[in-house]
Order: sequence, then structure tokens, then C-alpha cells
Amino acid sequence: MAASYFLVPLYATFQFSLQMQRGQWSFEAYRVVLGDQRFLNTISYSALASLAAIIVGALIVVPTAYWVRLKLPRLRPVIEFVTLLPLIIPPIVLVFGYIRMYGSSSLLPLTVSDAGTNLLMVMGYVVLSLPYMYRAVDNGMAVINIATLTEAAESLGASRLRTVLSVIFPNLRSAIISGAFLTFSISFGEFVLASLLNRDAFGPYLVLIGQDRAYEPAALASMTFALTWGCMVLMQLYANRKPGQRLLPRLFARIKGKSQS
Amino acid sequence: MSYLSISGVTKSFGSNLVVQGFDLEVERGEFVSLLGPSGCGKTTMLRIVAGFESPSAGRVVMSGEDVTNLTPNKRRVGMVFQSYALFPNMSVFENVAFGLKIAGIPRPELERRVAELLEMVGLSALKDRYSYQLSGGQQQRVALARALAPRPRVLLLDEPLSALDAQIRVSLRTEMRQIQRELGITTLFVTHDQEEALSMSDRVVVMNGGRVEQVDVPHRIYQAPATRFVAGFVGALNLFEAKVINAAKGTVALSGVEIALGRKVPHKAGEAITLALRPEALRHGGLEDCDVVLPAILSDVEFLGSVLRLRASAGGATVMIDSFSTAGTAPPVPGSATTIGFRASDLLVLDPVPAQAG
Repeated sequence: MAASYFLVPLYATFQFSLQMQRGQWSFEAYRVVLGDQRFLNTISYSALASLAAIIVGALIVVPTAYWVRLKLPRLRPVIEFVTLLPLIIPPIVLVFGYIRMYGSSSLLPLTVSDAGTNLLMVMGYVVLSLPYMYRAVDNGMAVINIATLTEAAESLGASRLRTVLSVIFPNLRSAIISGAFLTFSISFGEFVLASLLNRDAFGPYLVLIGQDRAYEPAALASMTFALTWGCMVLMQLYANRKPGQRLLPRLFARIKGKSQS
Repeated sequence: MSYLSISGVTKSFGSNLVVQGFDLEVERGEFVSLLGPSGCGKTTMLRIVAGFESPSAGRVVMSGEDVTNLTPNKRRVGMVFQSYALFPNMSVFENVAFGLKIAGIPRPELERRVAELLEMVGLSALKDRYSYQLSGGQQQRVALARALAPRPRVLLLDEPLSALDAQIRVSLRTEMRQIQRELGITTLFVTHDQEEALSMSDRVVVMNGGRVEQVDVPHRIYQAPATRFVAGFVGALNLFEAKVINAAKGTVALSGVEIALGRKVPHKAGEAITLALRPEALRHGGLEDCDVVLPAILSDVEFLGSVLRLRASAGGATVMIDSFSTAGTAPPVPGSATTIGFRASDLLVLDPVPAQAG
């Protein structure tokens, strides 16, 4: 019953996206969308921005969560609260704050240049994904007992940096990837920041198309949905993978078995 | 000067004094255990030697080098943890090779050394496995090989056997001791298990409340405990309250019977003292060489396989008696009357209970 609230509109959207040509089912709407240069431009721009947000986010969150767990466990509730703030403060408030802080009349006028504005948007995405990234990484750390692993590495002569790079990061890989996919799905179709910072991103493009066309938005929505679900599936696969194991152990085992027989 | 020298080490966390005035000299190749109940400061002391905690006062010197202010990665110590702490992202081979890689050992030598260590712990066949594919005992062997690989100056073992089941614990402790002897590596071993400490160590440090109670060879710890705490913590005891008759001659009155201990007593005449007797020092039957013989009633008989543990009431007190069970003889029946005896020289004289403040 509950699932039907979710699945029926989804199916309706998908079916509608196939009806661009009168009287027959076709992928015409998808062809139009994929043939649009602006679609390709915005989607690659958004993908790039999301990737940048993932890298910056991981570089900020992993060392912070690590240090807090290792040296400042009392600060954990405070840090958790701070990382939750983006869920409480609406993105519109965040972006207005950015424009005021980094506008043309400020000390650090980031919005005057394209590069500056891009940077601002990426940082905004980092902030928006903070609750998800931090939680994913922090949970990952809870599982592997990082304090003892750190001590083990140090007693073997490893410096802090080496410990983080060769022990902590690799063991958090699945946690970071989970956080990364969540970050990606949040920032990929994000509208408010991109629109108010006047970036040619996928979110504003979606809205624009939605205003002017009928079938293409349905096709876009279906595609975005498929992409998000794809992210989720990959996240599950990576999260459940153990070191030394292939991504799809059973599939690989079957292939191997067949090739041997 | 000894190989590892710990002098005057004190550690407090806020107002909580965890280690007080700890002194210990460990010779090269010696196996020393820190034994004590949980919270006695033994693990903290080990972590101070490893460099994970810095002492509030005191010094740690290793092979003539003062390491008190060195970070753990500069100390060249190997550590084995209770929770194994293998790196989950690395195979057995990579785990053991980790320290060697950091030390910049060239690949052929590294491979040779790892193979040698895996051979030593009997895990050569499992070198490509990951920690989640190993049993607890196997993981701890890998951890031991990993700690030994970079040839540390001191090996630190933090309750390495506590998480294992009983059978593996016993076999691994023999193996660990054998490897330690073979390599002649100076070792500090932390445990709360007296059997482990007594069976493995060259010397045992018994700790209580952050202080060292006694440092001695295992049989002395057991047979001549220096304090009441050591006597009570290591092994089981029967306690008797007695009164000193003549301190210089060492005669005391126990349940109205005068007993000559054969040594001086550090008390005054008329003072109350506590005497203790190990369960195996008490006998029932075969009492020819006993100085003190008492009638008793058996109240309980536990058959533990090779050992019989009897409880008997004698002179108003209940005592525990351990004796070997003999083949072809059924254990005695509870409720039966018997005679028990002991040699006065087996009696331990315990220090008086400290007067309670207030």
C-alpha cells in the first residue's frame, strides 16, 4: 500500500516519458534530451562539481572524525551537532549568507570570478553533504576500532600521516564510498545553490526544461532516478565488500567456475 | 645497567593516580610479567613503555637510550594487543611486512624475513588470507609475527591470550614463550591470569592499586609472598588467626596449640598475626612428617580429575585441602571424620591488615 504511493507515480512518469510520439511507445524524449548540448554541458558540470565536493568533503571529514575519535572523544557530541546543522538551516539561508560574505563588496569577493563562484558552490555542496559524509565515516570508524589500529601502526614505526594513509583511509574505504555516493546524489541535482549562484548546473536545467516542455522532464526525472538508484546499488556493493574480495564475489566465482569446467 | 630500566614512573589521569613510583630493571632477553587485578595500573605501565601514554614523572630507558619523551614510532618496540589489531585491509603477508616496509627494508630481504616469521608461527600456508578469514589464535600469531618482524628492542604483550578460548590459550602461551626464548627478545607481558604469569615468566611483578607489591621469580611469588595482597591474589589460601608467643623463637599459638614456625616473626609477643597455608600444604592421610595434626570432618569433596579439592572443618575453621587423586582409590565421602596435618614450616606469615583510616 505504502509502496504504491511511491511506485505508481514513478511508473506513471516513466510511461509518460515514452509517449512523446503519438500513438506509439518510443524513447524519443530520451533521444531529444540526450541530443541537447545543454543537457550534456550541465550534466558534466554537475558531475564534476559533485566529484570535487566528494574529494573536499572526504579530506575534511576523515581527518576530523579520526582526530575527534582518537584525541578528543569528549568533543564528539559537539562535532555531531555541527555536522547536523545543514539539515536544520535551509540551503537558501546558506547561499544568501555566502553571497553576503563573499559578494563583490566583501573582503574575499569570490562571486566576482567564475572560478570563485564554482568554488563557493562546491563548498556549499560539501556543507550540504556533511551530515551524511560525517555519519558514514564515523560509523565506519566505530566498526574498525581505530585507536588500537593506530597504536599498532605506530608501534611498527609508522608516522601519523603514514598511519592515516595506509591504515585508516583504506579501512574506511567502504564508509567513504557510501558517503561519496550520498554526496553525489545530493549535489548532482541540487537546485538552490546552483541557481542562486547562477551556475549552469543540472538542477537549474531540470527546472528550466520542466517549465517549457512536457515529455522531456519526465524522461529526465526517470533518468535521474535511475542514476540515484544506481548509486545506491553501488554503495551497497562497496559497503559489503571485504578486502581481497571482488565486487561481485558470487558472479566472479561463477565465471571462474565456468571457465575452468 | 639493565636493558630496560623503568625508574620512578608515576602516572595520574586528573586526580586519579594510576601508577605510583614504579621501578623495574629488566635484563636483556628476560620475560617479565606484570600481574594484577584489573585497574591495578599494569596496562597503563605497559602503554608508558610503548609510548602511548607519557608518565607524569619518572624515566624509561631502553638499551641505554632514554625514550621517555620519544613518540611510539621512534621507540622500536613491538606490541601485541588483546584485540589482535591486525590491519583488516591487508593480507597476512602484508600485515607482517608492514613494519619492514616502513623501515625501508628492500623487497627480497623483506620477503625472506616475512617468510621466516610466518614459518616460525606456523602460518606460511595462510599468507594470502585476510584477518576475517582467520581464527582468533591464528590472528594472534600473525600479530606476534608482525610485532617481531622489525626486530624490536622490547616486545610488549598486552593480555594477548585473554580473548582466546582455554585450549588455544594454553598451547599459544607455550608457543609464545618458546619463540621468545629462541629469539632472546626482552619481553614485558601484562596479564591478570596468575597461571599465565607463573608458567611463562622469568620474573613476575605483582601490582595492586598502582604500586608494585613484589618482584620475584614465579616460585618465590607463590611460596614466599611478600605481602598479604600477593599471598591472596596468587593461588588459594587458608587463613588462620594466631597469637605470637615468642617473636625471636618464632612460636605462635594457633587454636590453643603452640607451634614453632622455625623462623623469626616480625611482631611482638601477644600480638595477633595471620598465618596462611596453601591448600596443597594441608594433607589428609600420610601425616608422618607433619608437625601439626588435627581431627577434622570433611564437609565437601570436589573431584577435579587429577586433583581432589576437599573442604574440612577443623578447630572451628573451614579449610581447603588439595591432594592428587590416586588411581584405584575412590574419593572420600563428605561427612566422614579424618585427620589433617601440615608442616609448620609451610605456614606463611602475612603482614598485618593495615588499620582502616577514620
